[in-house]
Amino acid sequence: MEFIYEVEGGNFIKAGNASSAVKKTLKQLNVDPKIVKRTVVALYEAEVNIVAHAYRGSITVNINARSIRIILDDDGPGIPDIELAMRQGYSTASPKVREMGFGAGMGLPNIKKNVDELNMSSIVNKGTKVEMITYL
Amino acid sequence: MKIKEIAKVLNAQVVCGLEYVDNEITRGFASDLMSDVLTLDTDKMVLITGLANVQTIRTVEMSDVNCIVFVRNKQVTPQMLELARLESLVLIQCEYSMFKAVGILYAAGLLPVY
Ligand SMILES: Nc1ncnc2c1ncn2[C@@H]1O[C@H](COP(=O)(O)OP(=O)(O)OP(=O)(O)O)[C@@H](O)[C@H]1O
Ligand SMILES: [Mg+2]
Repeated sequence: MEFIYEVEGGNFIKAGNASSAVKKTLKQLNVDPKIVKRTVVALYEAEVNIVAHAYRGSITVNINARSIRIILDDDGPGIPDIELAMRQGYSTASPKVREMGFGAGMGLPNIKKNVDELNMSSIVNKGTKVEMITYL
Repeated sequence: MKIKEIAKVLNAQVVCGLEYVDNEITRGFASDLMSDVLTLDTDKMVLITGLANVQTIRTVEMSDVNCIVFVRNKQVTPQMLELARLESLVLIQCEYSMFKAVGILYAAGLLPVY
């Protein structure tokens, strides 16, 4: 099955709504709670990254008997150096984002830790695409 | 310790989830950075934080944490309450500073996460 969610850049009231909905779906499907947690923590970090760093984006979730595959695609500034962005502690978060409790530079490393496969690509001044796969 | 004991030693007010105050908590983690919280994998943990916004609630929802102590007299907003009720969370408002609240809880026997 497939679910699609829209994400608004800058809207910290709605940030996490998609991750919350996915969590409920995975629980209903009786997915192992440990896998649910790993998946939604990674998804939430990636969803907040769109809100914090991009203008708008979409989240597409595909669930089948073998895997959970999530693609986050945004319109935004893009990431010039993905390897650098992946480093723990690296952050370009604005003061506003820091006020909301984010900007530690922990999100991307934590996503990597929590999913089985992470693929990222980005075009500067266009946007970023994050694909994450968790095997069931 | 039980959640109600946490509220008692902090002289604090349970503003949501009174029906769950008999649940046990064994560890505490104090942070205003949500991505730090999201790196943890600890059961029966209380989050002690000065960050009171909707993302605090979302963060514990994703982390399977069920209890938050808000320090420095930070107020829980109606929006936070609504989400917290849906997630069956306990929210506690405390007037103490982070340092004082954490010191009291540590002395009372709550363990660190690391
Ligand atoms: N979707 C995105 N669009 C543009 N830049 C991004 C995006 N996601 C991440 N980045 C860049 O990568 C950096 C590191 O991201 P990461 O999630 O690790 O940390 P953070 O979001 O800054 O802080 P934290 O996640 O700890 O709250 C960001 O500061 C930003 O520069
Ligand atoms: Mg981030």
